[in-house]
Amino acid sequence: MAFKGALVIDTEKCKGCGVCITGCPNQCIGLSKKVNAKGYNYLEMTAEDKCIGCASCAVICPDGVIEVYRAKE
Amino acid sequence: MTREDIIKPENLVYKRTPVLTDATMHYCPGCGHGVVHRIIAEVIEEMGIQDNVIGISPVGCSVLAYNYFDIDFVEAAHGRAPACASAIKRLRPDTFVFSYQGDGDLASIGCGEVMHACNRGENITMIFINNGIYGMTGGQMAPTTLEGMETVTSPYGRDPKIMGHTMRITEALAQLPGTYYVTRQAVYTPALARKCKKAIRMAFENQKLNKGVSFVEVTSNCNSGWKMTPVQANKWMEENTLKYFPLGDMKVDGKFDPKFIERVATFDQPNETIFSLRKK
Repeated sequence: MAFKGALVIDTEKCKGCGVCITGCPNQCIGLSKKVNAKGYNYLEMTAEDKCIGCASCAVICPDGVIEVYRAKE
Repeated sequence: MTREDIIKPENLVYKRTPVLTDATMHYCPGCGHGVVHRIIAEVIEEMGIQDNVIGISPVGCSVLAYNYFDIDFVEAAHGRAPACASAIKRLRPDTFVFSYQGDGDLASIGCGEVMHACNRGENITMIFINNGIYGMTGGQMAPTTLEGMETVTSPYGRDPKIMGHTMRITEALAQLPGTYYVTRQAVYTPALARKCKKAIRMAFENQKLNKGVSFVEVTSNCNSGWKMTPVQANKWMEENTLKYFPLGDMKVDGKFDPKFIERVATFDQPNETIFSLRKK
């Protein structure tokens, strides 16, 4: 399985708005069934192998909880 | 290559900027304020002006903006952010000054201040977040509320005969000679957020030229005021708000955009588009 990109999500700051999910071109993120300390269903990666590290989710995240890494070719 | 191999400092593409503090923002989930805060902080970081910038926060949802930026901040009285920003810029002309206001603050209570600051051509940047509603106080009607839109104080929809027409404040400001750069942006998709960042960068760079006000309106959602989920609110905004408030530049480098001149010619026609939240 070839991993191209990876996200590090600050689950305690995530408010589970889901705006980033609409911005993801490869549908590789989704809301978790678990909740954080504030009771929000936080963001998690549902298909880690599909992530290309484009940072589309991070640029529209209202709370800036997503860190994006992309493997160099 | 596994996930652990990728998460290394040399592969970092995007990280929360250190100009924002670690505090969790008090905004509702999915609010456009957070995105605009982050974009402003990124622009400040890229320009390297963190120790030479003063922000003015308004009264409204973004009243606590000073908690989230690691820069100098002044909290102005309701609607008076442009007046406060004018004074700071005149006393400290080498400092980058920006005011940050919502639509209740700028278009309603602070209408006089923003008009005259733009008319005087103060050399400042103004960021205007337009969500068509008073968000902080519970969703009352604002001057920028769309015709037919239901709010707490217009429960049967805004009737222009009683409550007035939707105010195109940014279009009005663009016609004042003191403005140098006037634009309307949005932040609900990645492409638009990147475009908005370029516009805000340009608005800050213009302060070096000393030519006048740089005004950036950001059309935003208010999902709790509109009683929708964040994703629904963004969709509603795309389908309705952007028909009345189309995105794009109005004035660049002190000259009108040709598309804006075409659009002004249609302003004398009655607005036939009636928007409604209840039909959703």
